Amino acid sequence: MQIDLRTVAIKPLRHTFDHLVDRFGDKPASRYQEGSYNIQQEHIFHYRPSWDADNVLFDKKRTKIRMQDWYALKDPRQYYYGSYTIARARQQEAAESSFEMIEDRGLAELIPAELRQTALDVLVPMRHVEWGGNMGNSYIAAYGYGTVITQPCLYHAMDHLGVAQYLTRIGLVLDGPDALETAKSAWMSCPNWQPLREHVENLLVLQDWFEIFVAQNLVLEGLLNPLLYDHLDADFSAKGGTAISMMTRFMAEWSTETAKWVDAQIKVAAAESPENKAVLSDWVKHYRTATLAALAPIAARAFGEPSADVLADIAAEFNARCAKLGLAV
Amino acid sequence: MDMKATKKKLGLKEKYAHMTRGLGWDTTYQPMDKVFPQAAFEGIKIHDWDKWEDPFRLTMDAYWKYQAEKERKLYAVLDAFAQNNGHLGITDARYLNAVKLFLTGISPLEYVAHRGFAAAGRNFPGVGPRVACLMQSIDEVRHAQTQIHALSNYNKFYEGFHAGATHQIERVWYLSVPKSFFDDAFSAGPFEWMIAIGFSFEYVLTNLLFVPFMSGAAYNGDMATVTFGFSAQSDEARHMTLGLECIKFMLEQDPDNLPIVQKWIDKWAWRGIRVLTLVGMMMDYMLPKRVMSWKEAWEIYFEQNGGALFNDLAKYGIKVPECITQCTVDKEHISHQAWATFYQYAHASDFHTWLPNDEEMDWLSAKYPNTFDKYYRPRFTQWREMADKGERFYNNTLPMLCQVCQIPMVFTEPDDPTKICYRESEYQGEKYHTCSDGCKHIFDDEPEKYIQAWLPVHQIYQGNCFPEGTDPTVEGFDPMLKVLEWYHIENGKDNMDYEGSGDQANFAAWRGMATQNT
Repeated sequence: MQIDLRTVAIKPLRHTFDHLVDRFGDKPASRYQEGSYNIQQEHIFHYRPSWDADNVLFDKKRTKIRMQDWYALKDPRQYYYGSYTIARARQQEAAESSFEMIEDRGLAELIPAELRQTALDVLVPMRHVEWGGNMGNSYIAAYGYGTVITQPCLYHAMDHLGVAQYLTRIGLVLDGPDALETAKSAWMSCPNWQPLREHVENLLVLQDWFEIFVAQNLVLEGLLNPLLYDHLDADFSAKGGTAISMMTRFMAEWSTETAKWVDAQIKVAAAESPENKAVLSDWVKHYRTATLAALAPIAARAFGEPSADVLADIAAEFNARCAKLGLAV
Repeated sequence: MDMKATKKKLGLKEKYAHMTRGLGWDTTYQPMDKVFPQAAFEGIKIHDWDKWEDPFRLTMDAYWKYQAEKERKLYAVLDAFAQNNGHLGITDARYLNAVKLFLTGISPLEYVAHRGFAAAGRNFPGVGPRVACLMQSIDEVRHAQTQIHALSNYNKFYEGFHAGATHQIERVWYLSVPKSFFDDAFSAGPFEWMIAIGFSFEYVLTNLLFVPFMSGAAYNGDMATVTFGFSAQSDEARHMTLGLECIKFMLEQDPDNLPIVQKWIDKWAWRGIRVLTLVGMMMDYMLPKRVMSWKEAWEIYFEQNGGALFNDLAKYGIKVPECITQCTVDKEHISHQAWATFYQYAHASDFHTWLPNDEEMDWLSAKYPNTFDKYYRPRFTQWREMADKGERFYNNTLPMLCQVCQIPMVFTEPDDPTKICYRESEYQGEKYHTCSDGCKHIFDDEPEKYIQAWLPVHQIYQGNCFPEGTDPTVEGFDPMLKVLEWYHIENGKDNMDYEGSGDQANFAAWRGMATQNT
């Protein structure tokens, strides 16, 4: 049986805002669409920015990439603020219960010393790399073009801050505040961290926001995240360090999810024109070489002898991913 | 195993420091001034970013948790509102014109605030302020989106919302007032941005901007907007503490910062107060059920609360902006002058206007005993008589605009409410006009910036505000109709008088359907 609640039905005058009707047809729009499309101003600006007098406030010329319609770069997750925070709140709840369980039951003390040391040496200094990821993505959120790509970049920036904070907590759980001091000093002066720090700093001075997107979100994350949250994680689990895997669960899920979003951007931008494809491919080749070189000493610390094979595997997977996105790399 | 037997329990402040500023480092492979290229050019000197006191301590996991909880509640209410014809619960459809003003005038600013705070959240060399700015950036995109979502339901049933939150702010004449305010702030450097938006707009003026709209919504049965308002309240509280911390930090870091900060406070207080003219008009004329008069709001929220704030800042050497003297005169006039302007230009606006009825005029007399009966009642009475005779007054010439605040030159001299106030400056052989000493002062300080202003009236006269392909030489060419088309204002539906409008007729018919059996 079905019950039939009667309501006073009033026929609406229109389904949604005009610009969405023009774009998607005359039908009710989703909250993602209403909250994302055409909400950045485009045509008329009063004053030239004092910090970039050659361009207007929101300017398509801040990247070499050209798009007929910047709103083609939509987010397959359809994240607007509400759906984004609700998704992350769910994930943080799971992460929180993992940390609580580890802290309450002293599970960290059961981690074999060698693995614990690897986590301290490899994972904890990565909080600084994440902070670099935050900076690159906030740059895009500020100076990029079109809300469908700038909005998720801000979410991604906040995610990087969140990940940096989870890595900080891992340090605190494993060795208290000293872990953070040690990791910071490794980051600043230990020889095996210097190539990566130099690489991250090089990304902080890039001006072209789409280049940052490629160098950071596609290449660096595309190589680093599988290294940490796939290969190293498998190592931890296999050798009795499940507690560490529990603490990186958020990152593992997050990197899979965000990679899908990054892929959708690259795929559409590359398919737009041969020029875009060439620029993107060149960036990928350049940053792939730089990133792999920067990661090599860290991979060596994490995996020892087989690290070259691990990196080669990761690079092969990455190349296959890029080929699927239509890049010539 | 060298595991420590007892781990030191971290205090909240210490833990938060590890979670935020501990993440940053001084770059050495790239010079710091290349990583933070906007840190110095405004002349603000910061010696020690570590002295920054975090105005709130929220890690991302807590942020996601609290904000998601608020979003779930907000959208549950919005869904219920849409499902149950919540729009019929408002006092009168006339009220919705205040909401149109909000959607077209304020929501786009929330969006620009989001982008501007993202920039600030990238550009300060200190990690503490960057994290705080980024949280404000993401809050601001929340506000832009939740406002659009809250008002989307009204768009389905009423005129004047259909262009959405962005098309018109770039084009429609009076919307260049709020737009140029934010363009001005975003085109400045990160420190000025913080004084302009973080401090002046979000701290000093928020009770006169955000709050009146939300209170107006509460008084007029607008559950969608007021639910948004309550949901945003705790965000706004965070933004206020950030603005205040920022100004204190700048002032504490170096005595040389004081004159720069004072100049910005003076500028942005005046700039903000000019924008608030629209809010004053909304409070005095557009709400069927009024909350309080503009003058009362000004006295409570600026003269009393703002006075306390400036007393607090006096220890740093900050003085109350000079323009405030003029505001004490203006508070009795600006809302009436603004509504009179919109009444005359109702054909060119994206919302409806009307003349105050007898009861409303009496309310205005009581609230403005010094000015309303003397200067403004006669004008409204005259227009009513003309309208009754079928000669509804429309002003068909376009007004001169102030080069800085971009409001039509309708304000009067501080010492003579019967005389239009205007000031003149010369720059590179051209004359520029401003509406007040405050705006002239701002112009004279940065003429190279303000001569760039895209003044809607000038642009119309230059032929830049017609749809593409318009031929002004064809017979029967009506420039105003073409401008409206370019504005995306539907002539006869979105504009003109509320009396006789589609909104009025539909609301009456629908309310009848919902409350009667015939």
